[in-house]
Amino acid sequence: MSEHESEAQPAIEPAIPSTTDEVSSTTRRTLLKAGVAAVAITGFPYVKASDKLVLRYLGTAVNQDKAIGEKFKADTGIEIQYIPVTTDEVTKRAVTAPNSFDLIDTEYFSLKKIIPTGNLLGIDVKRIKNADKITTLFTKGEVNGKKVGDQGTAPKKVMFLEGPKSKKFSATPTQYMTLIPTVYNADTLGIRPDLIKRPITSWSELLNPEFKGKAAILNIPSIGIMDAAMVVEAMGIYKYPDKGNMTKKEIDLTIKTLIEAKKNGQFRSLWKDFNESVNLMASGEVVIQSMWSPAVTAVRTKGIACTFQPLKEGYRAWASGFGVPSTLKGKQSDAVYEFINWFLDGWAGAYLNRQGYYSAVLETAKANMEPYEWAYWMEGKPAEKDIKSPNGDLIEKAGKVRDGGSYEQRLGSIACWNAVMDENEYMVKKWNEFVAA
Amino acid sequence: MSATTPTAKTSAPAARRAGPAAWLQAAPLGLVFLLFFIVPLVLILAVSFWDATEYELIPAFTPKNYIAIFEGCGQFGDLCVTLKTYVSTLKFCFLAWIFTLGIGFTVAYFLAFHVRTVAMQTVLFLLCTIPFWTSNVIRMISWIPLLGRNGLVNDMLISLRLVSQPQEWLLFSSFSVVLAFIHLFTIFMIVPIFNSMMRIDRALLEAALDAGATPWQTLWNVIVPLSRTGIIIGSIFVITIVMGDFVTIGVMGGQQIASVGKIIQVQTSYLQFPLAAANAVILLAMVLMIIWALTRLVDIRKEL
Repeated sequence: MSEHESEAQPAIEPAIPSTTDEVSSTTRRTLLKAGVAAVAITGFPYVKASDKLVLRYLGTAVNQDKAIGEKFKADTGIEIQYIPVTTDEVTKRAVTAPNSFDLIDTEYFSLKKIIPTGNLLGIDVKRIKNADKITTLFTKGEVNGKKVGDQGTAPKKVMFLEGPKSKKFSATPTQYMTLIPTVYNADTLGIRPDLIKRPITSWSELLNPEFKGKAAILNIPSIGIMDAAMVVEAMGIYKYPDKGNMTKKEIDLTIKTLIEAKKNGQFRSLWKDFNESVNLMASGEVVIQSMWSPAVTAVRTKGIACTFQPLKEGYRAWASGFGVPSTLKGKQSDAVYEFINWFLDGWAGAYLNRQGYYSAVLETAKANMEPYEWAYWMEGKPAEKDIKSPNGDLIEKAGKVRDGGSYEQRLGSIACWNAVMDENEYMVKKWNEFVAA
Repeated sequence: MSATTPTAKTSAPAARRAGPAAWLQAAPLGLVFLLFFIVPLVLILAVSFWDATEYELIPAFTPKNYIAIFEGCGQFGDLCVTLKTYVSTLKFCFLAWIFTLGIGFTVAYFLAFHVRTVAMQTVLFLLCTIPFWTSNVIRMISWIPLLGRNGLVNDMLISLRLVSQPQEWLLFSSFSVVLAFIHLFTIFMIVPIFNSMMRIDRALLEAALDAGATPWQTLWNVIVPLSRTGIIIGSIFVITIVMGDFVTIGVMGGQQIASVGKIIQVQTSYLQFPLAAANAVILLAMVLMIIWALTRLVDIRKEL
């Protein structure tokens, strides 16, 4: 063996592990890209030796705010350890590794997959102080007494369980909730008004050839298919009896429309992580795309014009909430209930409202917000003063009105909800065809 | 691969003695392999024949996952998704391989034959490994601001008046994917090729020169055949990584380009494990065939 070989040998060594990194790097990528959340994780090392309680909070990076964890720790001494993963990964872990978290923050549509496993416990509403104040959107599917669209997995369909350990949803309210709602919103398209320079009023604009190579759609099948369905309806191609539960034929039609657009070069990119959508929009790679409200806020805080454009066909709504794994016991269980109660108590709600989300218990959140803030975010009134994000960045100058108006206007215009369909497996398969096309 | 070769080497003399001590010595590694390599592979194979619903796996023996993968593949004209995906993955594999081989061979050649002192060789070699100080993903993402519509490259091209419109094919395209592969994986070619080249007896080069060979003849008839082992090992590295990749193709291709790895990833995230397992088995068979073909070209065990 020559002298040089012994130099070369160690260099191969570090190279080999990095090939296996390929496999695990989705999680790592999520970690990396979820800047804030990644900081939160390194900021809260899990120290087993100490007597302190640590709650492992599984959810998506969007909902895992460092400030919320810090405030809760300051208030109660209980530490929150964030585990940020993608929407699909949350479901996967809930089904396959229910012992890997103490608290789950998941979307309501995932419940159709999680509840039949028995991995989540029905949450006893008697232990939740503000349970009766949770907005009627969840319990009855109403906003101020007015019914909203319930196509898809509307929360009211999966809100209650028949018993604490039941694997079946109850159609009528019971004492056991599947999830305690944390945040929800009505999503629409995000646009760059400075680059589009004309009013956008319909979902059909996403596939308008005018924006060839400058549009994006999100690559999470359960959500992307709903955006696509809104577009298909808006273009007048087809009217679905229930967008949230398509037949195979309807799925074929929807995917065919997407594939045609993709082949014509309509999409600049697809995105999976909310930070990707921020970068696409902020860099000008994309001028119109599926977007989430905090992503719009994030683009705006960079000083770039971005509108969460209300559209005449209505919104695609989503909601997520806290669930409790059925294996949780004793002190950990008490701490989880304490966290949920704290979360509904107003501070966190106000924080989320200021990000452009909506909180589950409105009156406690209102008590924690300035009247001018409440008027801007919830009542759709022009801002009396400059509106700032929870971090103190300027979001909107005084005098402006929130995109989509008041709570009632916005959530009252919900057209459908993110969904898991009966034909989900087929849908995912067809979605893969779209990605491969 | 590299882990199995040393075992084979050490177990060869041991087999001749075949005493219980030798078996005992081989046992720990054997057990590790059994536990972390053979068992998971067998499980994947087993699961690929299972049935599943949205939330549970049902042990069974059904070929339906394999049938689902190749559904519609018999028709002429339009290729089915699976074949299309394999064609696209193989295309990337070939492009990445040819370019990393070209660049890797050149760099290794320069390091081995043009750099005279061992100290300088060491320094330059370490220089090649510096990119490994940061993660794959960061090295990949750094291309985005460079190649984007308003990125540095486009800005430069426009300010030099070489183009009037920003060039869209720079990013989220096959081009950017191949570029990232080359950037990420050339080192896997450099290391083994350099290694082989350093073992070539310099006297052979002088002999070639004395016999009247031109530099090109020396390169083609002496150096390339003697670097064969390095070339094959490097190729195995690059091909296996690219065949299974989904992150690079995802990030650099704007999530719009399909790869076999990506399909498996989407399926696992939707809890379609049997389908994903069936895909993995096919991919594995494919990669093993490529490696088998490569090892026909050179007996790695003998040459190492």
